[in-house]
Amino acid sequence: MYAQLVKTAGTGVKTREEMSDEERNFQDRVDRDEKIEPKDWMPDDYRATLIRQIGQHAHSEIVGQLPEGNWITRAPTLERKAILLAKVQDEAGHGLYLYCAAETLGVTRDELTEELLSGRMKYSSIFNYPTLNWADIGAVGWLVDGAAIMNQVPLQRTSYGPYSRAMIRICKEESFHQRQGYDIMMKMAQGSDAQRRMAQDALNRFWYPSLMMFGPSDKDSVHSAQSLAWKIKIDTNDELRQRFVDQTVPQAKYLGLTIPDENLKWNEERGAHDFSEPDWAEFFNVIKGKGPCNVDRMDARVAAWEDGAWVRDGLLAHARKKSATRTAAE
Amino acid sequence: MADQNALFEFLLRMGDNSLILGHRVSEWCGHSPVLEEDIALANTALDLIGQTQFWLGLAGEVEGKGRTADDLAFLRDAWDFRNVLLCELPNGDFGQTLMRQFLYDAWSSIMLGRLMTSSDARVAEIAAKASKEVAYHVERSGDTVVGLGDGTEESHARMQAALDYLWPYVGEMFDSDEVDAAMVKAGIAPDPASLREEYDALVAKVLGQATLTIPTDTFHHKGGRTGYMHTEHLGHLLTQMQWLQRAYPGATW
Amino acid sequence: MSKEWPLWEVFIRGQHGLSHRHVGSLHAPDAEMAIKNARDVYTRRNEGVSIWVVEAQHIAASSPEEKGPLYEPSNSKVYRHPTFFDIPEEVGHM
Repeated sequence: MYAQLVKTAGTGVKTREEMSDEERNFQDRVDRDEKIEPKDWMPDDYRATLIRQIGQHAHSEIVGQLPEGNWITRAPTLERKAILLAKVQDEAGHGLYLYCAAETLGVTRDELTEELLSGRMKYSSIFNYPTLNWADIGAVGWLVDGAAIMNQVPLQRTSYGPYSRAMIRICKEESFHQRQGYDIMMKMAQGSDAQRRMAQDALNRFWYPSLMMFGPSDKDSVHSAQSLAWKIKIDTNDELRQRFVDQTVPQAKYLGLTIPDENLKWNEERGAHDFSEPDWAEFFNVIKGKGPCNVDRMDARVAAWEDGAWVRDGLLAHARKKSATRTAAE
Repeated sequence: MADQNALFEFLLRMGDNSLILGHRVSEWCGHSPVLEEDIALANTALDLIGQTQFWLGLAGEVEGKGRTADDLAFLRDAWDFRNVLLCELPNGDFGQTLMRQFLYDAWSSIMLGRLMTSSDARVAEIAAKASKEVAYHVERSGDTVVGLGDGTEESHARMQAALDYLWPYVGEMFDSDEVDAAMVKAGIAPDPASLREEYDALVAKVLGQATLTIPTDTFHHKGGRTGYMHTEHLGHLLTQMQWLQRAYPGATW
Repeated sequence: MSKEWPLWEVFIRGQHGLSHRHVGSLHAPDAEMAIKNARDVYTRRNEGVSIWVVEAQHIAASSPEEKGPLYEPSNSKVYRHPTFFDIPEEVGHM
């Protein structure tokens, strides 16, 4: 889940009596699964929450380029190199689609970028973990993209039209990502001892951070209730996490890898796996900037932005000169 | 089979150019000045890596020793690489990367155009596919060079500095030796020297629009396409690129 | 004056005979670069044969399309498509 701990604006779900006519009409449209479009009336809190959520999602895609980009120049074959590059390029594309969706709500991409670089807006905690061996590229595709898809598939039905359309496009592209990750894991798991060691090491390090992607339990949160009512959140964090675990366990088994959780077992009664919660203290530390890679990730984004300023300004200056010449000639 | 050796050398030159430049361009992924440029650069790198697979794949076939494109890319040392020095130079700032790209694309677009009529059908086929991609590359890199050259004072100064740094590496693309003579004789590839006039016209036009000044010194560095003397940069690039294949020989990835 | 590149809306003709449809937006300094960026951003999987761009501020009113763009297989980049990777059935949906 690329948008974690998004603070829902407002004070919680209003009763129908508490709603204004506009709010009631809006909620009826959402309940009927009608898409809300940019020029439609919407509650200020809905708009503010969406900007936070879509913005954080977009930032996650962009920062998410970095851990995988870390291996583009070291990919072991020409084909793996091309596939990884295409995948990381897709992340840039996803970030772009999402920034555009956010822009329909009255905020600019540059404003959102400044929010990210100043630390006022967050990105997913997962990208503050390092990619240390080649199997990590497999694990990121398999687990991280797998967890992201878990959240993004339902979000295709989200109430806000531009967000929904961005998610539809992203989901189509994302499926290749998870598959390429699992494909790498299969090669590693079936490979040499060293490769199997890499695969297990990657799973060991990425398992709990992947579970953290869904965020802490929010079943009692009034803010989540509001986001669910607005259909900008479709499932609770716990539901998604459970679905992810249930899906991933047989996949790990097929690879012959061990999920690093002694408490992991099938619960016949629930029809689902029991599993250990991740270390939430660690999670909140990472969110606060104390993850293994927070500083490096932000430094890389700041450098790209600042070093690129002259390029953005230069191309714009040329475009304006050209347009002025054209106007003068008319 | 002297001609097969020459053909192998020629194919390495084509494949290593696209491999090394593609690798360099891929280093930008996630770090470009703006998302749209990040995506565009990745497309260029992807095209170049794709072309590498064709050129080096054919090189391995021609060599006849069972080496694949991956073997050639990941298991040769620097002295066996045949790319021009221009391709292995560091990215520098975004302007230097785009200037290098344009100077290479301009050559590549002309070269591939000629190779489309190669007497070797395999070469002609690769050239036909690659030339479509490179036609777009040169348009895009050319436009960007113009935009930045004619942009702000700062962007102009940076582009002029990039051109001054890179220009001494342009000449090597037009050097000829006995490999080229053998290719000309067999009708496989043109004499690189014969591309110079068209190249100069194209480059002068774009750099003129970019308000940049082409250095007058005609000296040029060489040693890449013959493998005699690469820059120090290539070894570091290979150290990264070949790491896994070297550290875990024989593994399947 | 803002230093942010203007926002452009992108319309792509997916196949010959079809009309252009809105696929998304992007930023570019001018129309020429917007078309190039659109090619790089929105046709990575061979989705288009023709591109229109229009600066977003010039659109009076719009009702964007519901569905995503057409996806056609790209011959040289088959790995972009999920079916390129064979996943054993035991593993489940992916």
